[in-house]
Amino acid sequence: MSGPESISLAVEVPKVAQEWGNSLPILHEVRHALERLATTGVPGIIDLGAIPFGPGDEARLLARLGRGEVEAVIHALGETRIWESAVPAVWLIDHYNAEGERIALHIEIDRIPSLLLTQPEDLAEATARLDGILDGEGGAGASA
Amino acid sequence: MATQKTLGESLREHGVTRRGFLKFCAATASMMALPPTMTSAIAAALDKARRPSVIWLSFQECTGCTESLTRSHSPTVENLILDIISLDYHHTLQAASGDAAEEARLAAMKENWGSYLVVVDGSLPGPGSNMGYSTIAGHSNLDILKETVEGAAAVVAVGTCAAFGGLPRAYPNPTGAVAVQDIITNKPIINVSGCPPIPTVITGVLAQYLTFGTLPEMDDYKRPLAFFGQSIHDRCYRRPFYDKGLFAETFDDEGAKAGWCLYRLGCKGPSTYNACATMRWNAGTSWPVESGHPCLGCSEPDFWDAGGFYQALSVPTANATHTLAVAGVAGAVVGGVAAAVAKKQQRHAVADREPVTIEQLEQRL
Ligand code: SF4
Ligand code: SF4
Repeated sequence: MSGPESISLAVEVPKVAQEWGNSLPILHEVRHALERLATTGVPGIIDLGAIPFGPGDEARLLARLGRGEVEAVIHALGETRIWESAVPAVWLIDHYNAEGERIALHIEIDRIPSLLLTQPEDLAEATARLDGILDGEGGAGASA
Repeated sequence: MATQKTLGESLREHGVTRRGFLKFCAATASMMALPPTMTSAIAAALDKARRPSVIWLSFQECTGCTESLTRSHSPTVENLILDIISLDYHHTLQAASGDAAEEARLAAMKENWGSYLVVVDGSLPGPGSNMGYSTIAGHSNLDILKETVEGAAAVVAVGTCAAFGGLPRAYPNPTGAVAVQDIITNKPIINVSGCPPIPTVITGVLAQYLTFGTLPEMDDYKRPLAFFGQSIHDRCYRRPFYDKGLFAETFDDEGAKAGWCLYRLGCKGPSTYNACATMRWNAGTSWPVESGHPCLGCSEPDFWDAGGFYQALSVPTANATHTLAVAGVAGAVVGGVAAAVAKKQQRHAVADREPVTIEQLEQRL
């Protein structure tokens, strides 16, 4: 009996990647958000998961935005990769779950992505956390 | 029991940091098709949300809907089941079996009377049908559904079978299948159609219910507008080709290779409301139209009988006899079964539920 491997397959890959024209409107939306940030200080955020992208659209958009100077990784319920695009104040926020599957991809237009800021709830606990660390030092340093 | 703690409390107990929680809420907003600026409102609501008890009933179905849910990537099904909802009974996923399983359902009902959610996948043989077509622990789907729903806060019909009858109800509907909404008229119903529904839509609807504690805004078919508010066609990336009149005529012609619109190959996108075009399948990898196949219209009522899958929408279908034929089948029901069903109209107590007998199982329509 011949197995499926005996079926000859030809995979056709188009020579030029199809342009669906869906990344350009996003760039315009980003431009509006940048203007708003500069004039009113109001940040913006775009959920790329809700955009009807065709194959290759997302990659084209990310390539057009390029990469800037800053990158960060957050380890919380899986990784979140954050990088500033080549356009200052335009950040890509790429969320993954613990299984390494993407759960959301956002463009955030702000001076710093909100998720990178220390959260107020954590700030409230910070002193107590540090006191705990100091207590762990056995008091020697504290009494000196 | 599980319903006592808020979600925020249980997540903190599990060592989930504030950033982790916000990230989870950002993904939930994305999943619910809400603007990302809603993240902090979602965080505030979810932080206080209590975990409702969920009872999941499976009737005449192929298990594709549960299969779809367990492939859900956001939040993971483990998160969903363990941290967000308390799944007290699920035929396919639970470890318990036999009497222990049925007792778990009854116990969950008793403890959470008036506040639990019932999730149903699959259609059920309706009144007047041979109840033997689908039974659980010897009891008909109809009886189990009525009994379980009585103390429910709301019913979520997952999949086109539960929502509209689906494949079991396709012509000539040999089992007399009906949808949940054909039986349950005194409880709020949310239909999450699709064959199967997109996993993130199932979890999204549950998360939405948890977040806001109210029923979502719905369309005329009782489908949540957040996910079913726009047609496949309106969000399809091939739409510019449709607008220009550029159509693939066969699956391998130059138009198909150039990614033109699939309307003439039978695409039901213009009359189908679902979230595939933006949410996609398999963790956002792709969706049918992206892989070159027309939309079948799987989230719409009677899509199985809506003409050929590969016939363009405007081609008339020869299916006008459907309703008549079904009525004919239903009319041919054997009197004994109808009498047994009538007797079971009495209210819930387990003792009142009469097991389906061997004779009934052997009856043929
Ligand atoms: S492929 Fe289908 S959904 Fe997409 S534009 Fe064409 S008809 Fe509409
Ligand atoms: S593209 Fe159409 S048929 Fe396919 S899964 Fe989505 S709604 Fe169903």
